[in-house]
Amino acid sequence: MALRSTGTTVPTLPAKDNTARTQEETILRLDKLNVFYGNFHAVSNVDLDIQKNRITAFIGPSGCGKSTVLRCINRMNDLVPSARVEGQVLYHGQNLNSRNVDPVEVRRRIGMVFQRPNPFPKSIFENVAWGARINGFKGNMAEHVERCLRQAALWDEVKDKLKESGLSLSGGQQQRLCIARALATSPDVILLDEPASALDPISTLRIEELLRELQTHYSIVIVTHNMQQAARLSDQTVFFSLSDTRSGILVEAGQTEQIFTNPVDPRTEAYITGRFG
Amino acid sequence: MSANVQADTIITATPEPSATFTPRTRVRRALGNVWRVIFLGSTVLAVVLLGMLLWSILEPGKDWLSWRLITNMPSRIPEKAGMNSAIWGSIWLVGGSAIFSFVIGLGSAIYLEEYAAKNRWTDFIQTNISNLAGVPSIVYGLLGLVIFVDLLGMGRSILAGSLTMGLLILPVVVISSREAIRAVPSSLRQASYGLGATQWQTIRHHVLPAAMPGILTGVILSMSRAIGETAPLIVVGGASQVLFRPDGPFSPYMVMPLQIFNWTSRPQQDFEHLAAAAIIVLMIILLVMNSLAIILRQHFSKKNRW
Amino acid sequence: MQRLPATRVAYEQEIQHLRDNVVTLASMVDKAIARAIDALKTQDVQLAREVRSGDKEINAFRWQAEEHALVVIATQGPMAGDLRLIAAALQIYTDLERMGDHAAGVAKIVIQTADEPLLKPLVDIPRMADVARSMLKDAITSFIELDEEKAREVAIRDDDIDLLYDQIYRELLTYMMADPETINRATRLLWAAHNLERIGDRVTNICERVAFMTSGEFVSMDGGRKKRQRDKLAASASGTSGLA
Repeated sequence: MALRSTGTTVPTLPAKDNTARTQEETILRLDKLNVFYGNFHAVSNVDLDIQKNRITAFIGPSGCGKSTVLRCINRMNDLVPSARVEGQVLYHGQNLNSRNVDPVEVRRRIGMVFQRPNPFPKSIFENVAWGARINGFKGNMAEHVERCLRQAALWDEVKDKLKESGLSLSGGQQQRLCIARALATSPDVILLDEPASALDPISTLRIEELLRELQTHYSIVIVTHNMQQAARLSDQTVFFSLSDTRSGILVEAGQTEQIFTNPVDPRTEAYITGRFG
Repeated sequence: MSANVQADTIITATPEPSATFTPRTRVRRALGNVWRVIFLGSTVLAVVLLGMLLWSILEPGKDWLSWRLITNMPSRIPEKAGMNSAIWGSIWLVGGSAIFSFVIGLGSAIYLEEYAAKNRWTDFIQTNISNLAGVPSIVYGLLGLVIFVDLLGMGRSILAGSLTMGLLILPVVVISSREAIRAVPSSLRQASYGLGATQWQTIRHHVLPAAMPGILTGVILSMSRAIGETAPLIVVGGASQVLFRPDGPFSPYMVMPLQIFNWTSRPQQDFEHLAAAAIIVLMIILLVMNSLAIILRQHFSKKNRW
Repeated sequence: MQRLPATRVAYEQEIQHLRDNVVTLASMVDKAIARAIDALKTQDVQLAREVRSGDKEINAFRWQAEEHALVVIATQGPMAGDLRLIAAALQIYTDLERMGDHAAGVAKIVIQTADEPLLKPLVDIPRMADVARSMLKDAITSFIELDEEKAREVAIRDDDIDLLYDQIYRELLTYMMADPETINRATRLLWAAHNLERIGDRVTNICERVAFMTSGEFVSMDGGRKKRQRDKLAASASGTSGLA
């Protein structure tokens, strides 16, 4: 909110985070992104900048393409045979969507955590180590696994049972294991598709705390149905909706504080205040 | 947000003030019981029939069960006759066909499920494989005769027999392996790809281990079928009298069902009883094989439960 | 009337209830101002006492309304426009309650000057009250109708109240200089006028809240009177009418 006074200097509030930054740095840019499933135009003309070391939340009603756009970022839509992605996904200036780019390499740098916790049916140690190993990790694996588990706020709970199956953990722990697993490939960006929707409220809050701490070293993009969560957690919020042709579109993107107190687009306001299906 | 706001309620009907029901609980429950009795009757009937079948074997055969039966070679004298060569022949045969069908069948299943594009061609192949599973086994015998025995010059050897039986059980192995691979949840694959794994890495480290219980079950159940097949082996292998164990892939051989068949064709009454005893031995071996399938399945399930 | 899809029916009713509370509180305050001025004009001590006890009801209603607003925040999670509405309503409750206090202050003065006759028939003070009451009415209307333009226009009318206050100040000063016996009554009257001037300022606050609620921007509407006066003089001197 702007503060216009009649000329006296007004003291400014302290900055939100400790990392003193004079300007935002863009780590990902989506440029005219379009996604087709066969003939169906699922996502239409998305232009978006994602900031480095910030948490960006995608919100919007069901079926409006939030997850589809998320999955474009790490080329996961390649796994769907009928999907066709047009437009550019620029990462450090390079277009991830071009034929020359190997999706396997992309996914090492851009990790993903899914809606339902899906640890491998292997030991806790193996869950974390496997991803690093197949990407050619050189170094002390035990240290690396410990570091990842610590970053995921799970080490203290599992340090004595690393050999036990990942599936023996509770839901919230499993999801943190999946986060540790994603961290094992030392990515820059972590994508999370409704990571807490299958968890109880306490686990949800723990994961949110975790993401806030991870933000200092990673750039985070999270799709969420929970508006309170988006408001609590993110620095930047992006609102997706459906166009008249039932295609997913980006309606508004902006600082979270502004989106939730004074959004520009009336559709955003309608969605946020719940006056919408 | 205008000044006067009127919102519709979401409920579009109210409960009927005095809806009446005629539950007729007694009648419904009685009807349920009738069906229960019918189902019980079917079970009893099935058990009785199976029991009768078992008794028709056990009754003549039980007196002729002995270690001699298992350790001796066949002979014209009933008291001395045994099925040792047949047991070993069956083991070699079924072992060989299991290896052949496992390798080829699993490979096909992996290709069809993971690599092949889903189009009319693959549907066509799928339909044909399913049809092959239903082809009478004698046809496989004739096929084996032409290709393995004659064309490839293997003669009436255990290798030719194994390959023939391998072909027989191949469609079932392919189908059950495909089902097992398909049953692996996509969330597991997505997790693997999300970490930057290639397709082969995903299959090798995640899909196959998870599908292994189903695949092995399919193989072992196919082996149970193969061990009891008679007709194709008459065409492809069956010498009438084999008095030794197989000593190599090109050796002649005898299998248990054939031995049983041979004994039943003899005129002497005692050979009939011997045949019954041999059937009991075959059934015991089948029981052991199926139990092995269950144990293996449990073992892999515990490690890879998803 | 706008027909909305039937989501959050109870929530809509709560928001409406919030707006209704603003209107109710404002009309209680308006009535208090009118009665206080009547009591002042006719030196009616009984009426003045009623105004003072009525202020207790205003206070009680204000706390009730504020509690209701807090409950809506806690239970409904309002966002965006709704959030600004509730924030504005909370501030407006406070402003209205303070206006009620000022009206009660005038009533107290009536009681204090009851034994002495009026210094002069009151003209300007009732005029200040009329302006203030009409400003209040229009400010509340702008709140209901979400009319930022109207709110700004109402805020400007505070200039009239300020001018009237200056006039009264000078007049009473003359009285006091002429006859020291009148100092007591003149001072009390000045204090009454001051209360009304503060009421005008409070209405200006309400206008600021309305502007914030509609646009999301906080605009200060207190100052600029001298400049507006100069502009007015310049416009009338050069013979041009109309602004800008």
